[in-house]
Amino acid sequence: MGPGSGLACDLTLNSVLTPELKAKYQDQDTVRRVLGRTRTIAMVGLSTHRQKASFFVATYLGSHGFRVIPVHPKAKEILGEKAYPTLLDIKDPVDLVVIFRPAHEAPRYARQAVVIGAKAFWLQLRIVSEEAAQIAEAGGLTVVMDRCVKMEHGRYDGTMHFVGMNTGILTARRARRWLPS
Amino acid sequence: MSQKENKNRGRTFGFDTRMLHAGHIPDATTGARAVPIYQTTSYVFDSADYAAQLFDLKQYGNIYTRINNPTTAVFEERMASLEEGAGGVATASGMAAQLTTMMTLLEPGDEVVASQHLYGGTMTQFVHTFRKLGVTARFVDPNDFDAWEAAITPQTKALYGETIGNPQGSVLDIARLAALGSAHYLPVIIDNTFATPYLCRPLTHGANIVVHSATKFIGGHGNSIGGVIVESGEFDYAHYGSIADPSPSYHNLRFYDTFGHHAFLMKARVETVRDTGACLSPFNAFLMIQGLETLSMRMDRHVENAQDVASYLEQHPKVDWVAYPGLESSPYHALAAKYLPKGAGSVFSFGLRGEGGAVRAKGKTFIESLNLFSHLANVGDARSLVIHPASTTHQQLSDAELVASGIGPGMIRLSVGLETKEDLLWDLDQALHVI
Ligand SMILES: Cc1ncc(COP(=O)(O)O)c(C=O)c1O
Repeated sequence: MGPGSGLACDLTLNSVLTPELKAKYQDQDTVRRVLGRTRTIAMVGLSTHRQKASFFVATYLGSHGFRVIPVHPKAKEILGEKAYPTLLDIKDPVDLVVIFRPAHEAPRYARQAVVIGAKAFWLQLRIVSEEAAQIAEAGGLTVVMDRCVKMEHGRYDGTMHFVGMNTGILTARRARRWLPS
Repeated sequence: MSQKENKNRGRTFGFDTRMLHAGHIPDATTGARAVPIYQTTSYVFDSADYAAQLFDLKQYGNIYTRINNPTTAVFEERMASLEEGAGGVATASGMAAQLTTMMTLLEPGDEVVASQHLYGGTMTQFVHTFRKLGVTARFVDPNDFDAWEAAITPQTKALYGETIGNPQGSVLDIARLAALGSAHYLPVIIDNTFATPYLCRPLTHGANIVVHSATKFIGGHGNSIGGVIVESGEFDYAHYGSIADPSPSYHNLRFYDTFGHHAFLMKARVETVRDTGACLSPFNAFLMIQGLETLSMRMDRHVENAQDVASYLEQHPKVDWVAYPGLESSPYHALAAKYLPKGAGSVFSFGLRGEGGAVRAKGKTFIESLNLFSHLANVGDARSLVIHPASTTHQQLSDAELVASGIGPGMIRLSVGLETKEDLLWDLDQALHVI
């Protein structure tokens, strides 16, 4: 069941971005479109530790129909998927690159994301790099910044609501699938 | 995506719209318009793997009603929306909301600095129950910011106050307390019971956590006990031990690393409420939701009636003082104008003229002469309520002890309800005539 049929409030809570950057990199239609069109995600900084945030997010996404390809300097395999040392080593087409690494490393991954032809580039919560965003945008990628891909999916999928969180979604229309496909 | 969605996107809906809609989307299967009561203890799992992920917090979902429930979630999200926070956790009562907040934040040896103008039950909880948990509360005059600052020690982990303190009718300078909290890296917790999010939203003034006794104006009809915690998600817990450090009761999970701005709320739910068991029942959540749907209209009438009752009492010769921040005579009038522009709530105290035993007896007679005001120990009912502490809750105290505790033998507390205003004034008038 996907309850979020639309008509959302302004979702500007809990971000370190300025209002202009929020409008640019946290636009809710953009977030929904990115998630709706994504099937394969390359996750840079996915940890091998089961109690790390990245592991939570990858586990979550895996059971919501996404394929998550780990990018990890040493690991051979994480969550049943072969891991690659860099984005450039991935042979399959990647829709979305998600970054769980410090902001100063982000421009490098943005360049690689452009090279591999990814469609979107996503910096997780509190990872802010305008430089990386500009590189990705110049390469034709859609950019999301300072948002969590699990929270955003859960917001529109209706599950984040089950733990009492403020999704900002408000509608009188019957629940239906929210992701554009 | 349809045109309609694009057209409405980014709209910030008004308070009344959110009172009615936030947190509830009509069910996909039934289309039920009212919020269904999910009177269930538990929820079937799709698969063993999915269940394992749920227990591991890797999925958001329903597990067991002590931890979450779809009816209760509507109440939680709606309160979070109204208070403009990141999310909410409902609790069995207001006392449970406070205790849950503190048990989530604090460790034995920690201290809290709190306003001394608190609900008596809260005082007792902070002094006696906290002592059993190894936590010390230091109380200060909420108006004295030097005292707040002086009471902060290296062990202090939180600051606590009420939007409107009673019986003094004091209005807390929330923004100033929030600034003090930021300067000392302390979350600021506000009991917003007497104001409700309609009259004041402490998080928008910089507070970090709001707690409510939903028993009062939220439910609004005096029919169920409940509480709720709302958090802003703005406090940076990165160096706040209890939220940042690996949690021994959740496989060494670091809540702040993992859940970011949801960390406090997740911990409060999946650890504290899980372990204390102080959850709200889904049926009570439904009644709270029902109450919220008319909150703004009720509060407008509550404050209109309260303002006129307070003005009437203030000019009555048998009344010594009235502590209502909506009155110009109140020392808190300016703060009320800032924090409570729509009205200063509807719970306040006043004093009958006279001394010692004589006025104590007058208070008793006054209460017993009222016809419309219900004599009971609660506030925030749709009906008007009254209590005379010196002959009921505090009857074991001597006159001198009463004065020392700031109550006094002639003090009467009112919770002004929604009845026809003239009838309330008539009732007070005839009872004052008797004494
Ligand atoms: C300001 C305030 N806070 C907290 C509480 C405790 O709430 P509950 O009775 O729901 O536990 C009360 C109850 O009287 C109250 O008035």
